Amino acid sequence: MEDKDMKNKDTVIKCDSVYKIFGPNAEKMLEQNSGHVDPKVFQKKGCIVGVNNASFEVGKGERLVVMGLSGSGKSTLLRCISRLTEATAGKIYIDGQDLLALKGKEIIELRRSKMGMVFQSFALLPHKTVLENIAFPLQIKGIKTSESIDKALEMVKLVGLEGRENYFPRELSGGQQQRVGIARSLAVEPDIWFLDEPFSALDPLIRKEMQDEFLRLQSSLKKTIMFVTHDFDEALKLADRIAIMKDGIIEQLDSPANIVLNPATEYVKKFTQEVPREKVLKIESVMDERNDEKNLSDFTVSKDAIIETVAEKILGQEKSVAVIDDNNNAVGIINSEKIIRILFGKNKSE
Amino acid sequence: MNIINKYPKAFQWSFLLLVFFGLCFAIDVPENYKFIRAQAEHTKFDGQTEFNFIGITVRYIEYNFLWRIPPLFGWLPIWVNDGMFFLLNDWLPIEFWDADVEKYKTRPLVLQITRVISASILFLIEFIREILIGGLKTVVALTSWDWIDENPWAELPGIPWTIVTAGTVILSYKLSGKALAIFSFITMVYISVFGQWEPSMQTLSFILVAAPVSFILGLSLGILAYKSKSVEKSLYPILLVMQTMPQYAVLVPAMVLFGIGDHSAAIITIVVATPPMILLTLLGLRGVSPEVIEAGKMSGCNNFQLLFNVLIPTARRDILIGVNQVIMVCLSMAVIAAFIGAKGLGWNLLLALNRLNIGLALEAGICISLIAVLLDKMSLAWANKQTDYFGNLTFFERHKYGLFFIGAALIGLILTYIGSLYFKEGYNYLSEVPHNKGISTAEFWNRGVDWIWDTFFYPLKIFNTWLIQDVLQPMRAAYLRMPVVATFVLVMGAGYIIGGIRSALIVGGLTLFIALSPWWDRALVTAYMATFGVIISSIIGITVGTLCAQNKYSAKFILAICDIFQTFPSFVYLIPVMMLFGVTDTSVLIAVVVYATIPATRYTVEGLRSIPPAIHDAGSMSGVNSLQRIFTIDFPLAFPHIMLGINQTVVFALFMVIIGAFIGTEDLGQYILKALSDLKGGGKGLILGICVAFIGLVADNLIRTWAEKRKKELGYAD
Repeated sequence: MEDKDMKNKDTVIKCDSVYKIFGPNAEKMLEQNSGHVDPKVFQKKGCIVGVNNASFEVGKGERLVVMGLSGSGKSTLLRCISRLTEATAGKIYIDGQDLLALKGKEIIELRRSKMGMVFQSFALLPHKTVLENIAFPLQIKGIKTSESIDKALEMVKLVGLEGRENYFPRELSGGQQQRVGIARSLAVEPDIWFLDEPFSALDPLIRKEMQDEFLRLQSSLKKTIMFVTHDFDEALKLADRIAIMKDGIIEQLDSPANIVLNPATEYVKKFTQEVPREKVLKIESVMDERNDEKNLSDFTVSKDAIIETVAEKILGQEKSVAVIDDNNNAVGIINSEKIIRILFGKNKSE
Repeated sequence: MNIINKYPKAFQWSFLLLVFFGLCFAIDVPENYKFIRAQAEHTKFDGQTEFNFIGITVRYIEYNFLWRIPPLFGWLPIWVNDGMFFLLNDWLPIEFWDADVEKYKTRPLVLQITRVISASILFLIEFIREILIGGLKTVVALTSWDWIDENPWAELPGIPWTIVTAGTVILSYKLSGKALAIFSFITMVYISVFGQWEPSMQTLSFILVAAPVSFILGLSLGILAYKSKSVEKSLYPILLVMQTMPQYAVLVPAMVLFGIGDHSAAIITIVVATPPMILLTLLGLRGVSPEVIEAGKMSGCNNFQLLFNVLIPTARRDILIGVNQVIMVCLSMAVIAAFIGAKGLGWNLLLALNRLNIGLALEAGICISLIAVLLDKMSLAWANKQTDYFGNLTFFERHKYGLFFIGAALIGLILTYIGSLYFKEGYNYLSEVPHNKGISTAEFWNRGVDWIWDTFFYPLKIFNTWLIQDVLQPMRAAYLRMPVVATFVLVMGAGYIIGGIRSALIVGGLTLFIALSPWWDRALVTAYMATFGVIISSIIGITVGTLCAQNKYSAKFILAICDIFQTFPSFVYLIPVMMLFGVTDTSVLIAVVVYATIPATRYTVEGLRSIPPAIHDAGSMSGVNSLQRIFTIDFPLAFPHIMLGINQTVVFALFMVIIGAFIGTEDLGQYILKALSDLKGGGKGLILGICVAFIGLVADNLIRTWAEKRKKELGYAD
């Protein structure tokens, strides 16, 4: 089903067998092993495997969250795609353009026009004010000071930092600093938005606030997003699709619902076990796919609704409830018995 | 056996000491050994051995190999010197166009290069100097003497001090605000009223050339070292030696290469001030977090933009410390450079010291310190300045400081004019207070010194005699009694215990160089004075530091005091001790102790204050009292940092011991001072300087290796 959706959208980022191996003879080693990488063997020769044979695509306007624990290579993968590190082997395409073939000036041009990135430690320039930090990418591009300041003021408003334009980063709280980081990364209006554990350094409450802020921004901006996190809950909340990485390998790449329902490996299962399914799954994934039943309630639910948000309403209905798609066509039904089983059923592997 | 296993280090150390003292007692002093006073190496007398190396004959007295190693490197200073002369006078003659005589001349390449460098630096110095105090040379350099004769109007006087003062005050206000403006006002008025205007401006003119050049040179080399590993690797040993080499020693070769005068002083200052700038630039750039660099790259910076908009501003804190260092070194060099003919405050200070006019020396010294602090604060404020994007300012507001200055300049001119009417005869005090025509408190200080002498003569003398006879002489004799083998065992053994075979080889190599030079005995005297200084300084510094670190305010207070003391040029320390103890070893050592206590105190306070409060809380909950806390928690944790302070103390002490030659010592410093007045002293001065640097590096290597190992054991990051 996801694949069908994908085909409708343009592919913005495409990775084809990307490897990143750190160490002096990485390329030679990779050639000798003809692409088959055993981290243990490599480590003995002084090479550390960062990314191991990663292939995937990100569609326009899609939010791909790369999730993994520290050392899983998720940040390395992101840096390969932003070319902050050079991939050892493989192909990366941005809008069909071969990224790894780009020369110094072209890559700078690409970053100035198409890419924005948010960092875990905010990475603000300590000697510049909020406004100057946000205007920085614009000024680097050579835009006139007055123009770039105007644009930066606009961004300040977008992330809700009005009144703090002349503060220095050290005078702001963590959440505010990351707002500046977000504003800076969006100042050049990039198509592609990289976020490297942007909320990991924040307190839980602030983190939730920033996640909501992120969803709010994305709902209007519609950027193509690669979002790196080590927090599975965050991944579930923010992702269209999740890539789970371990030791440089993408263990599973799928929609949140499919990952929770069908974890591909034991490793993925460890994350999904404790996840309350009603918080993740959409009605679509648990409904009965038939529309022959006539005795339905007046109440209908969208197939994209998360179960938890509509469960109470469905339980309040005596009859089965019709599930509808965006065009108001019935695509299935769901009844309270099924909801109860999901909410309280012991057997979660089903 | 049990005890050995329990305290392996203690056992190793005691074994080392046992061997050391065993060797000391086992090896007798050769009968014909005596400490050679004065410069006896060149006189020929019976019982000398000689050897020949590349045409250079070295004479020396041969002893038992275990007692003293023969000076097999004795040819090195002569060779270095000959090499330098050859490069300068004979190597690769080239033709060049001489504008003065309007024809081609032949000159060796190196000589030509040094002359061009000298001339351009001299031109810059003269240019600034003549703006400040008037003169002709710049105008002449751009035109000719004939032109000046025809156009006498070009012979402008210097800017009146009122205008320079107003300009400085306005600039300070613009940069930082009221406090700095008041400080700069006091400084400038002090300089003027005390009749130090001309020498101050002379000093300033060569600092205003040397400091920016050192800054730019240091910054660029630092960036190069950051970018390229091989540049860093080749720079690092030079930097290390330069950091521990006494500034004196660099004077001699510079004199050979560049001659005598302000340009030479400026060049030498640049040579000395650049290394700390390089190191701090490198440190700062290394410290920039990788994410900030990535953020810069993702913002679309090219390499150039990344360097100037991201890396350097982010590393600003360390780079600014570098600037501070550059300015401090420049001003301390103002005195030392006076030895090779830098005009200005340093020259006056030396003259005054020579005549034992303590009061005058003090006034000049205060001038130097005030200028140092002022320049430092102004550069700091300049680097921290902000731009305001929202100001919708009127023409007046935008240019108000410029307008103020023009106004002040006009008033100054009018005042000068009035002054020229009022002070019809003699000097126009509103234009410039001539040297020695201002107020002077010298009389007062000198009388104070006399009073102290009269009142405390006996107690001081008793103390002095006691110190020299009962402490210093025996200690010195003990150092000289040390056979060379014992020294090697001690130094290399310590190296081995602390840092393994690598450390042992490094310190052994450094010591071997000194042992093979003709100045082993002198080096022992230097080592004895430095050791004495370091021990006393450490005791005082650690005690004072520990007491002051107990609460926030006293800690702040003592750190501020350290800051102030560090801005004094090192020569200033000689003034009060000479007041009290005259020309003796005691004076030198007390100056050493005062000077070297600064880093010991500072690092102790910093080390103790940086212990995480959580550890203190844990200690308190375990029920320690404050004494237990100091000895069981504070000291063990802060000790690595304190040891780095001791490391600094060693360097400071060595510097001061060498400068002490000015008072009269018998160590390496004295020989450096002598090399200054020796036509062929260039090579000697350099090798002597390297010997001193190596003494410092031996201590540096041992202490730093230990401190770093200990820090790692305690789990401190980096």
